[in-house]
Amino acid sequence: MRIFDPHIHMTSRTTDDYERMAAAGVRALVEPAFWLGQPRTNPGSFADYFDGLVGWEPFRASQFGIRHHATIALNPKEANDPRCRGVLDLLPRYLEKDGVVAVGEIGYDSMTPEEDEVFAAQLALAVEHDLPALVHTPHRDKARGTERSLAVVDESGVAPGRVVIDHLNEVTVKLVRDTGCWLGFSIYPDTKMSPPRMVEILREYGLERMLVNSAADWGRSDPLLTLATGEAMLAAGFSDDDVDRVLWRNPVEFYGQSGRLDLSDLDGAQPTFAGNSILRGGS
Amino acid sequence: MKTLAELRAALGERPWLDEAGAQVRADPGAIGRLVPAAGRKCGGAPPDEAPGWGADVAARAVLLGALPAERVAAEAGEAYRYGDAAEKRAVLKALPLLPIGGDAVPLLHDAIRTNDTRLVAAALGPYATHLDPPAWRQAVLKCVFMGVPLSAVDGLGERADAELAGMLASFAEERRAAGRDVPADALAVLESLREG
Ligand SMILES: [Zn+2]
Repeated sequence: MRIFDPHIHMTSRTTDDYERMAAAGVRALVEPAFWLGQPRTNPGSFADYFDGLVGWEPFRASQFGIRHHATIALNPKEANDPRCRGVLDLLPRYLEKDGVVAVGEIGYDSMTPEEDEVFAAQLALAVEHDLPALVHTPHRDKARGTERSLAVVDESGVAPGRVVIDHLNEVTVKLVRDTGCWLGFSIYPDTKMSPPRMVEILREYGLERMLVNSAADWGRSDPLLTLATGEAMLAAGFSDDDVDRVLWRNPVEFYGQSGRLDLSDLDGAQPTFAGNSILRGGS
Repeated sequence: MKTLAELRAALGERPWLDEAGAQVRADPGAIGRLVPAAGRKCGGAPPDEAPGWGADVAARAVLLGALPAERVAAEAGEAYRYGDAAEKRAVLKALPLLPIGGDAVPLLHDAIRTNDTRLVAAALGPYATHLDPPAWRQAVLKCVFMGVPLSAVDGLGERADAELAGMLASFAEERRAAGRDVPADALAVLESLREG
């Protein structure tokens, strides 16, 4: 099983997790910019974080044969702190990076006027930099947050096929299915979304535009839940090809729209240290 | 070492790069978005005439070379500060070709502080003549420690001294005590220093 995790916060994982993920078949991932547990108080903290997303993390991933890409944005939670607003001025530089394949995570946390403003401004950046957008839906008041996100996306002029609405569940999937947007599902070890429930959703709504991720952020999370979902799909009668579509070809298609997804030399590569010229230093 | 003109010639026909170079000459601040884009627009294998230079690295160096002399140090510094790992490496590789004297030494210190082997290696190119001896020796030792081949270190034969030999010897002793191998290239340097 080859796995592309389209949404996983590797900054909050250990290097051992990269090793386990590689062993489980994860060969590519996208790490969206989000928060760091502790709220930040100035744009400089974000610049260093973004540097990690296009510097250290891809390097760390490469040691295990995993291709790392990122999405860059001011997240909705921290968009509410006026001290962090200057992050918007940093974004144009980072949105030009080769490894950046979307604007994200953007969207709503508490649905404040500040979040409205920053969400719309960043959708405009997606148009300007010709990038897809990754939209986080709030954990509280999710249905209303999802509806409102869809309305903002609709107004932005970004084509729905270039937007993923993430962290969906049984209720909110219905709101997004017919909009043309992609549908993201974060699988967690606890209540939010589990592999068996994900399989039921795939049965009911099909595989088109479906993205499954392990999120793996600061809460209880497990970077191998993509694998667990693939296994649950097989156990429920889905074919190997179905699993490959959800866990590999769909994310490749979605992020491929950036024109910057680089998966060269991955096919046939062993998910290990082998053949990695970076470890030997290069020149 | 290649000159910027040689790098540009080695890249062959590149309309995007010529246009971008003209933009940088007219508006030096434009380089902030052109250096990252150069990876996509000019990527690929090293040109035949410039082995060791990826096409993207050479193109980024050419763009930095298009800056007006009074802006080079500041803009190269910004390109490094906000660069991804590939851009940072390209800036480091370009430094000895730019009219900046020793102004960019802080970039070398930054690169050597990282644990990214590509950046540490790139910091030890010809521009490292501007590093003072203690910093340079520590950087060479860090290469050995991280498994960066010492062929990445420019001018190693001329600059290696008794002090470096002492550092390599203690490193080798610790490695052996731990039952681990000592990289052959480090042993070779140690050997040649002992003979000399
Ligand atoms: Zn997230």
